[in-house]
Amino acid sequence: MKLSYFPGCSLDGTAKEYGLSTRAACQRLGLELMEIPDWNCCGASSGHSTSYLLGHALAARNLILAEKQGLDLVVSCAACFARFKRTDIVLKKNAELDKKMEEIMGTSYKGDFKIRHLLDVICNVVGLDTIRKKVSNPLKGLRLVPYYGCVIVRPHEVTQFDNEEQPQAMDNLVEAIGAECLSWSDKTECCGASLSLTRVDIVKKLAEVIVDEGKEAGAQAIITACPLCQANLDMRYGEDGLPVFYFTELLGLALGIDGKTWLDRHITDPLPLLSSLNLMKGE
Amino acid sequence: MKVITITKTGEAEAVDPGFAELVQQKSGKELRQCYHCLKCSAGCPISFAMDWTPNQIIRMVQLGLKERVLSSSTIWLCASCETCFTRCPNEVDLPAIMDTLKEIAIRNGIKSQQAVIQIFHRVFLNCIREYGRLHELSLLASLKVLTLNLFEDMGLGMKMFNKGKINLLPTRIENIHELDAIFRAFGESKRSKI
Repeated sequence: MKLSYFPGCSLDGTAKEYGLSTRAACQRLGLELMEIPDWNCCGASSGHSTSYLLGHALAARNLILAEKQGLDLVVSCAACFARFKRTDIVLKKNAELDKKMEEIMGTSYKGDFKIRHLLDVICNVVGLDTIRKKVSNPLKGLRLVPYYGCVIVRPHEVTQFDNEEQPQAMDNLVEAIGAECLSWSDKTECCGASLSLTRVDIVKKLAEVIVDEGKEAGAQAIITACPLCQANLDMRYGEDGLPVFYFTELLGLALGIDGKTWLDRHITDPLPLLSSLNLMKGE
Repeated sequence: MKVITITKTGEAEAVDPGFAELVQQKSGKELRQCYHCLKCSAGCPISFAMDWTPNQIIRMVQLGLKERVLSSSTIWLCASCETCFTRCPNEVDLPAIMDTLKEIAIRNGIKSQQAVIQIFHRVFLNCIREYGRLHELSLLASLKVLTLNLFEDMGLGMKMFNKGKINLLPTRIENIHELDAIFRAFGESKRSKI
């Protein structure tokens, strides 16, 4: 299956492990990711924080380019996904924005395609049954808490994905790849997002609360679906934190892929944990 | 929780009775239905660091206390996590309203104690205008120079570099002129008075 793909800026930078594991896992699942040619930053969060129209225009350019590909769009970053969903709605309603974008880009926008987060595609398009069949290295003995963060699931009228307060997609995926999913209270708490660079004190406090809750629940690691969530929990906790995985990293590992190229990029090293459970046996 | 006083001793604060209407019109979001149940403020993960709670900002907009709202820290600290909007019984879209308030503050040159966050947004957007994509090292370097905060996170930065998470050189998108056209049409330089 072919999909238009928007990686977002961080997947080539701080979240390189998300980008690499996404490519590898999708290939194994038969998803062909066609990167939007010449895509730009979606504008989150400085675009929409400072100018309503600029925020939507930056996202709109990508949607117009994606529409030219004639495929449904899959987005890996939570913030990019949320901006695209919002802009898709606004671009269809706001004549000023639509007209100006048509002038700049030379094409009009119809928005006749689906925009989905990668987690949604993996769980609901590929499907958990298919994944269960393809798992060759079930992650037995690995106890995880699923951390969804904010804007993948809320607000529902924008994201149209899962439950806002008690999402289940990643929980089910964790079970499908053979790991143990623990219930906890911080599934959809906020990590402080981009305040990480400007108000480190706030983000440290939020990361501490979330990671400590994970430990309290008995988790050995946290599984996420957002570059900022992963970065903040991995980097802002301090010395004795929990490893924080992207769901694609663990999916890839369970599908039998050698994950060393991405797993050795974490700040809190996950390799001792994975080795102790004898899970590093991909090709 | 701090109490909102309408007048300070001996000096009346300017009240703009049209402010709520302006914010509603610019954001396209209704805020008069807010009856201050405080669900937003109770659920806000960052309210502990704010000078006014989210519902107090809405209340002050309703009252027309424009200057206090626009110079508050709260509007800049909102992380757009959408918890408040998700739980609001009256569907008041607080994150969108916070964005509108930030936009009005910027376009009118109003400062707050969160100057670093304002600088962050400017530097971030300059980077997007220059390259089309975020180059994290350029962003960090500019932010550190402009905020004179050179050494915080140096150790973490080195770790990230060693893990191959930092690209030294930025890449520029091919059709950067389209981004320039977008910034010309919608960017900060297009000022509008309150």
